[in-house]
Amino acid sequence: MRRLLSEYGMILVLVLLVICFSALTVTDNQNSGAAAGRELASRAAELEEVRRVVVITAETVTGTQLTEAFEDAFSGTEGQLVAVLQGSPPEVRAELAALERSGAAVDAIVCPNAVARWPLVGAVNERFPGLGGGCRVLAPESYRWPAFLKARNLLNIAQQISIIAIIAIGMTLVIITAGIDLSVGSLIGLAAVTATVLIRDLGGAREAGAVAMILCALAGVLACGVCGLASGLCVAAFRIPPFIATLAMMLMARGLALTITDSQSVNEVPESFGWLGSERSLGVPHSVLLMFALYGCAHFVMSRTALGRHIYAIGGNAEAARLAGVPVERVQLIVYTLCGLLAGLGGVIMASKHKGVEPNFGFMDELTVIAAVVVGGTSLMGGQGKVLGTLIGAFIIAVIRNGMNQVGVQPNPQMIVMGAVTLAAVLLDQIRKGNVSLRDIRQSLRR
Amino acid sequence: MPTRTRTSADPPLLRVEGVEKSFPGVQALRGVDLDLDRGEVLALVGENGAGKSTLIKVLAGVHGPDRGRVLLGGAPADLGTPRRAREAGVSVIHQELSLVRHLSVTDNVFLGRELCRSGLVDRGAQRERVSALFRQLDMSMDPDMSCEALSVAERQMVEIAKALVTEARILIMDEPTAALTPREVERLFAVIEGLVARGMAVIYVSHRLGEVRAISHRVMVLRDGEHVGTFETADVTHGGLIELMVGRTIDREFPREIRPAGPVRLKVEGLRRGEKVRDVGFEVRAGEILGITGLVGAGRTETARLLAGADPMDAGTVQLDGERLQIDGPGSAIRQGICLLTEDRGGQGLALGHAVTHNFGLPNLDRFSRLGVLDLNREREALSGYSDDLQIRMDDAARPVGLLSGGNQQKVVLAKWLQRNCEVVIIDEPTRGVDVGARYEFYLLINRLAAAGKVVIMISSDLPEVLGMSDRVLVMADGRVRGEITDVAAATQEEVMELAIQ
Repeated sequence: MRRLLSEYGMILVLVLLVICFSALTVTDNQNSGAAAGRELASRAAELEEVRRVVVITAETVTGTQLTEAFEDAFSGTEGQLVAVLQGSPPEVRAELAALERSGAAVDAIVCPNAVARWPLVGAVNERFPGLGGGCRVLAPESYRWPAFLKARNLLNIAQQISIIAIIAIGMTLVIITAGIDLSVGSLIGLAAVTATVLIRDLGGAREAGAVAMILCALAGVLACGVCGLASGLCVAAFRIPPFIATLAMMLMARGLALTITDSQSVNEVPESFGWLGSERSLGVPHSVLLMFALYGCAHFVMSRTALGRHIYAIGGNAEAARLAGVPVERVQLIVYTLCGLLAGLGGVIMASKHKGVEPNFGFMDELTVIAAVVVGGTSLMGGQGKVLGTLIGAFIIAVIRNGMNQVGVQPNPQMIVMGAVTLAAVLLDQIRKGNVSLRDIRQSLRR
Repeated sequence: MPTRTRTSADPPLLRVEGVEKSFPGVQALRGVDLDLDRGEVLALVGENGAGKSTLIKVLAGVHGPDRGRVLLGGAPADLGTPRRAREAGVSVIHQELSLVRHLSVTDNVFLGRELCRSGLVDRGAQRERVSALFRQLDMSMDPDMSCEALSVAERQMVEIAKALVTEARILIMDEPTAALTPREVERLFAVIEGLVARGMAVIYVSHRLGEVRAISHRVMVLRDGEHVGTFETADVTHGGLIELMVGRTIDREFPREIRPAGPVRLKVEGLRRGEKVRDVGFEVRAGEILGITGLVGAGRTETARLLAGADPMDAGTVQLDGERLQIDGPGSAIRQGICLLTEDRGGQGLALGHAVTHNFGLPNLDRFSRLGVLDLNREREALSGYSDDLQIRMDDAARPVGLLSGGNQQKVVLAKWLQRNCEVVIIDEPTRGVDVGARYEFYLLINRLAAAGKVVIMISSDLPEVLGMSDRVLVMADGRVRGEITDVAAATQEEVMELAIQ
């Protein structure tokens, strides 16, 4: 536990932020959909006087979910489901009247909170005395819970940051070798443009099949891999400083993306292109699943393989690594290529998420990616850092963005807060690692 | 030894009383006292980890003492920060010299205290001042030269000039001769004597007891953070000092062994690289320790780097056991059985911020892994085998290697190459920054390598070490092998020097 905290201390910051935004967004909540159905079924079963039940919902997805979940859970009890009514208030009124005429007795009406506010439901005993007169209305109960901390919102956060987080894996490796890659933002755009333009022109546009889409997406990713390889060559073989080499690549890749599309957006892709970026399995967005899988792999590579050790060694002391037989240039090529490939993957996810592309996709995203890496505790001097720390860093950024939206901070002040928090997070990390103490800070200020 | 005058009525220039300092897990200083007068050279000796560096850092204002106090001229001194220590007249010349490489000599000397006239740096005045200082130090050096081009000895003079500009009263020199040739050492001593004659007080930290006895008036011995005692240099013998430092008797400084020489294993011919290495050739037999010495810049290290693939060779052949090697880089040299323990551990041998285990494993990852996946247990077990065998003192192999003492760091470097099981082991300055007790252990390890039939090449500027350990010595000068000493036991340091400086 202590080891975990010393290596991933930023997790404390993350927890603190979550607590803070949770406290700020506590509101009244009611269950809806399936959760509401289950809640109402168990409450109905507990009430002895409730035997005969009518379910009323509006014609919505959550209404159907509520009904299905309620039927499921209620069928096992002694209660009897008299009728299921779904529709607008006039339709429901007609059906209730029909029910009254048939002489059915009803102990309770089960409905979502919105339906419970309908006058005809609130005053059911007066309007439809034929139902027995003792009919009560069961709607989901209110409880206090932070809007921030709801499962849906948390999954949203994960989905919003997944692209940045995936690219940040590559950036972490590059920064650990004491390099930097400024081109990732442009590579997002290049990959997205390449994939969608290929789908439009060669894959069959809106009628493109799955195989064609996968091939086009791969082409987009590979194009960025080639760009990464080129940056790597500049750094490893031509000894161009990484900052310059990737700055050049940033300009070239963005220019290429704009040229290919003639600065126009591309939207001629099938609906199913959104599978990777916007659809879910078991309630979890695919991009989030992919993100966690990639982080698992990267953590394994960095902690348990020779390649990982070589990456750290190059950043820690390139000359010592070289003299120990580490193929420094080859490792640099691998790292920059990986970073390019991951940026390309991020671009494809972004295109999939929006089911189309603007050529300025990913503009300035390299800075967010670098911020995630640095907030995650990786040193820009190289040699020190952890991939999982970067994941935490990415989540810190995502939580701040999402939390501020929830609290209602406008986009412009949000930027100020983001900058301040990035600084504060890194300062905290410096103090925690013992690189700087409060005494040192006082002294350097005095000097 | 320079002469010194002391008027006992004055309070000492520097007095340290009962200073204690501890770091997490280590009590680095346990009540240290020290007196230093004007015009005195006080040698500070002790094994690595004895507390010398900590004491220096307390005096330099890097660490505040936990207990005890420091008096300057009889008054309690505030040495809270390096800057204040410097202003109080304490200057430290660190072993790793701290010059800005791209700046000129003058700019370095005045760095942080530039002479200014109406807000602009007065280059003329600075240059004049530096020239005057160099005359005083009897140095001829162009004040406009970039520090990059200077030799270690010259950089040291720049550091001394830097101290003089701040009007330092106390000069602390940490291992100043570690990278100097004997001639340069003599020059340095002459400079120190000049400074002392003008009233400067010097604290001289060194492992080289011969030098300590030549330059100092008194010797202060530390052991495990304790102050063993301070003695008049004339009153203690060489052996006596070593005993005080290590707390036990050491019979011999160099554990020479007589080994039967085997067949020729390594044969080097016509090695060339630019002006640095010109037509170097030699043979080494199994079980033989070949010493290579010469002045700094003679091409010794450069030759070693060619063999280890660190630099590409212009020409030359290397044969091991009759087979010609094709050396294309460090990785290729290692695979063919040649490894190099560099002289500069921090710069080239170790990633100081990384765990001991990771440094140890770096050249051996292919042997600890299957399909690229590491077996961390095997790596850990291999390391713990060596840490027992070589007696590497460390509490946790997962902590940075930079926290270990110089001797233990050197053992980690050796362990990583032993694990690699190379046939040719080249050791450049094996005991640089390694203390007396640990040196002996290290020599034993070198002997073990030779006894196992390995080819051992030992490069060293320390003449007693070269003559004490090698079976044969090559003397290099100006990129060439200038001579060979086969009867090492009968050779003298003077003979070696004659070959080296011709």
